[in-house]
Amino acid sequence: MTPLLTLTNVSRRFGGLLALDGVSLSLTEGEVIGLIGPNGAGKTTFVNVVTGVLKPTSGSIVFRGKRIDGLRPDLVARAGVARTFQVVQPFPRMTVRENVAAAALFAGGVATRTEAVAAADSHLEFCGLAREADKLAGSLSLAGRKRLELAKSLAAKPKLLMLDEVNAGLNASEIDDALRLIAAIAAQGITVLLIEHLMKVVSSSCSRLAVLHQGRLIADGPTQHIMQDEAVIEAYLGRRYAEAQKGAGI
Amino acid sequence: MMRWIWLSIALVAAVAGLLSFGDNYLLRLATTVAMYVTLAVAWNIVGGFTGYPSFATAAFFGLGAYASGIMLVNGVPLGVAWIGAGVVSTVFAAALGLAILHLRGHYFAIGSLVVADVLREVTNTWVSFTGGGMGLNVPLVGGAAAAQARFFLISMAILAVAATLTAIWLSRSRLGVALQCIEQNEDAAQVIGVDTRRAKVAAFAISSLFIGIAGAIYASWTTYIDPSDVYDVSLSVKPIIMALLGGVGSLAGPVIGAFVFLGLEELIWRNSLEFHAGILGLLVVALVLFLPGGLRDLKGRSVLTWVRDKMKGRTL
Repeated sequence: MTPLLTLTNVSRRFGGLLALDGVSLSLTEGEVIGLIGPNGAGKTTFVNVVTGVLKPTSGSIVFRGKRIDGLRPDLVARAGVARTFQVVQPFPRMTVRENVAAAALFAGGVATRTEAVAAADSHLEFCGLAREADKLAGSLSLAGRKRLELAKSLAAKPKLLMLDEVNAGLNASEIDDALRLIAAIAAQGITVLLIEHLMKVVSSSCSRLAVLHQGRLIADGPTQHIMQDEAVIEAYLGRRYAEAQKGAGI
Repeated sequence: MMRWIWLSIALVAAVAGLLSFGDNYLLRLATTVAMYVTLAVAWNIVGGFTGYPSFATAAFFGLGAYASGIMLVNGVPLGVAWIGAGVVSTVFAAALGLAILHLRGHYFAIGSLVVADVLREVTNTWVSFTGGGMGLNVPLVGGAAAAQARFFLISMAILAVAATLTAIWLSRSRLGVALQCIEQNEDAAQVIGVDTRRAKVAAFAISSLFIGIAGAIYASWTTYIDPSDVYDVSLSVKPIIMALLGGVGSLAGPVIGAFVFLGLEELIWRNSLEFHAGILGLLVVALVLFLPGGLRDLKGRSVLTWVRDKMKGRTL
């Protein structure tokens, strides 16, 4: 298996804070990997650094054999890295269809606006938004806007899709729908990096987990293994909880 | 589409009528409205489509006027000088855009506002080249007075139509989609692969092409320009008010706004010479507060029902 994305010793500093501290991580083509960590661990900074929104302070990022660190976000998008935003970012006064068509037109490499609209319709169908196609994006519900983010990022024809808390704020049945969608996306051969807070979500959809804590990668491995890792439990739930678990013999 | 065809027919008829029967006052008014349409439509490409509130209109207008004036003084033919002025203005706008279009919102507005001041001071100081504060006499276009008036109306009207057609084409082009994305959410635009910098600079350059040529035609039309006239800040403000009147970001808005504005100018300004700047200010405040979408917001309703709706706090 060839690595799709390789980060080597990537750091990002904000003044006195090291938001990412020497992170090295390699993603294999076709896998679904979860990136977890408590609030402020550096998960969103990780996405911003890979997508070119932020330049890494040091380290290198290689995507499909090409250095992409420091590249402008639009060029990274065209190279095949798509993302969704934790806080959804639609074009509010365009219709749902126009939103997706715009993504197909610029990052998706579609030549004309007519083709872009056709591509948009198929992505909307896939994401279950076909009935909402003519609504203004700003009028969708939160779950709808999250789906729109997905449809937009798929229209960009990505090789790597990074989903930043795509389930935050959704109820249980909406999360189940979203998970089915993510599984369907992975089945198309798109590598998915799932940034999550909810353990339930990552444990059921990811085969591999990477854990960030205070900017450092503290664990990386198969999901079942990571979820029993002591350092991870400590970072997530606190030392006292971890000790109590050990004391109880679990 | 039908609407546009009828509008153009009406416009052509009006211009033809003016050319055959109009007196000097009407011709001057019509030329002014064509100039206003050009400036408002051109401003709308940056201020409306792209959402960048530019106050640089006066800078491009003055630059075009002086570029053409200086070329004409040095014996360059009229058509070449006008087109050349457009090119000078476009190149300047592209360079300026690279420098200030990464600023957003208010910062961009301030950045664009000072450009005209800088150019005015340069023009004032560089006496040997520009004539300085004494101004510049632009060589006359030959012919009888009435023929000249008709010539400038035709020239300005062609420019206004070209600017409007360009705006229509732009709104349907790939670049237009990019600008629309930038206007609504610039960060998201970048993430879906829009080269935002290139799109913004292109919009700025296209817009300034028409403004620069308008300045050039104006210079020949008035035959005399000076720095405080062609770099006047009101040249930056008026197109914004016109666009606000008609509806910012729409295609027909700036065109309608330019006509309405000239009407107001003729009615109010000349009857209240002392307070017209004050009225202009009140107009802007009233527009932004009550009719953010322009006069369109009133469409199909009497003013009374509109006021009643407002009182009930309903959104428009």
